[in-house]
Amino acid sequence: MSAPLIAARGLGIRLDGREILTDVDFEIRPGEIVTVVGPNGSGKSTLLKALIGAVKPSAGRVERAEGLRLGYVPQKLAIDASLPMTVGRFLSLPRRVSAEAIAAALDKAGVPDLANRQMKDLSGGQFQRVLLARALMDRPQTLLLDEPTQGLDQPGSAAFYRRIEEVRSEMGCAVLMVSHDLHVVMAASDRVLCINGHVCCEGTPEIVAGAPEYRALFGSGTKGALALYRHEHSHDHDHSHPHHHHHEADA
Amino acid sequence: MLDDFLVRAALAGVGVALAAAPLGCFVVWRRMAYFGEATAHAAVLGVALALALEVPMLPMILLAALAMASAVSGLTGRGYAADTVLGVLAHSALALGLIAVALLTDTRIDLMAFLFGDILAVSRADLAITWGGALAVLGLTIWRWQALLMATLNPDLARSAGIDPRREEFGLTLALAAVVAVAIKVVGVLLIAALLVIPAAAARPLVRTPEAMAVAAAIIGAVSALAGLWGAFEFDAPAGPSIVCAAAAIFVVTTLLAAVRGR
Repeated sequence: MSAPLIAARGLGIRLDGREILTDVDFEIRPGEIVTVVGPNGSGKSTLLKALIGAVKPSAGRVERAEGLRLGYVPQKLAIDASLPMTVGRFLSLPRRVSAEAIAAALDKAGVPDLANRQMKDLSGGQFQRVLLARALMDRPQTLLLDEPTQGLDQPGSAAFYRRIEEVRSEMGCAVLMVSHDLHVVMAASDRVLCINGHVCCEGTPEIVAGAPEYRALFGSGTKGALALYRHEHSHDHDHSHPHHHHHEADA
Repeated sequence: MLDDFLVRAALAGVGVALAAAPLGCFVVWRRMAYFGEATAHAAVLGVALALALEVPMLPMILLAALAMASAVSGLTGRGYAADTVLGVLAHSALALGLIAVALLTDTRIDLMAFLFGDILAVSRADLAITWGGALAVLGLTIWRWQALLMATLNPDLARSAGIDPRREEFGLTLALAAVVAVAIKVVGVLLIAALLVIPAAAARPLVRTPEAMAVAAAIIGAVSALAGLWGAFEFDAPAGPSIVCAAAAIFVVTTLLAAVRGR
């Protein structure tokens, strides 16, 4: 097995005196797609921010492969209306790149011909794909996406995840994403990390979906993605478990 | 040529405008207009300190502006909204500064010159300081441009690219303090924020990229400085306010232009 690109070892995070994450051990290796799931406020976004170095650990550490190239898609990116920004210019941050590189990245993200549009004029789906294109500019070895399909409808997010898988096979990069779209996650991930302040369970989608810790958080789907999918939309008379549908933004 | 007070005034005005306008774009993008105001008001305290201690004004103004910046970031988020903190600190600093200047110094100091500027009295030495400061600020802005833009768009995105947004913000604060220090002579404490914000706002409807906005703002700022001076001379009006009025007139024109074009 190849060496991990990023690893968290006994990672703990405190923010404003509140324990957000405790004792998280986690690794991601080349070519893997790993999805982080968990209830609102469970520390998913914080974990991603710790991995990119935006949040300092209060315990443990984050290890990154030497010279690791990261591509990050943040949960929210609100561009102030006073800031004029074409798509092409946005992709030229933080390093200036050629028009060809911009066109190639947009193509890879599935939105060619957007380079001269203003960022504020894009639709939600286009905007997310431009964020993806920017994250791909540096030919990242690891792509980190924080709820990349937020605000997209189901076909939109399904298409987005297909794109991610294609990018993974084209570029061979590892993908780590936070998601609320449980059914899509189960279909598109190699490994799922279920957290709620700590790692509840981890493994292939099938294993995680069957784990009691996971069921305690997400309800009583019987086995695999399909069951989960059905579960979200049909009857479930077993209300002894905490029952969440997570569609709103994670703070 | 520098013997003519009008030429010196024009050069000082253009110099300050060239530094203030690109920086002002960040002030607008980051919604820091009140922060600029607070920094400017703190400068009065710096002036008082410098007069009391009989030391050069520039470092004291920088010091006061930086103290204001750290007070603002220290208090924001502790149960007060940013604009409340700024409202409290900016006006307290101004009031305290005015009292300090009045008490600490002899009455020959012309307070009005600090509040509204005294561009027609710019000396050769003032001119050297103004252009030195302006070029330093312009250099810093250009040097950190990409990193500043990243930090402005999204701090986490910046960090993922290895940029420390706090460091960039500190640079921005330093640059703001420097602009305030050199602009006091030109427009005075009360109108410095206008020189930062109005040219940038006037440039916004004309442009499609951040760089174009900075360049357009610089041109608008410089034109405002010259037009304001001309107006002051022609109509015997106060120079600093005339410069701000010229910028405001350009803002009205570009805004109307944008409305006509249906944007």
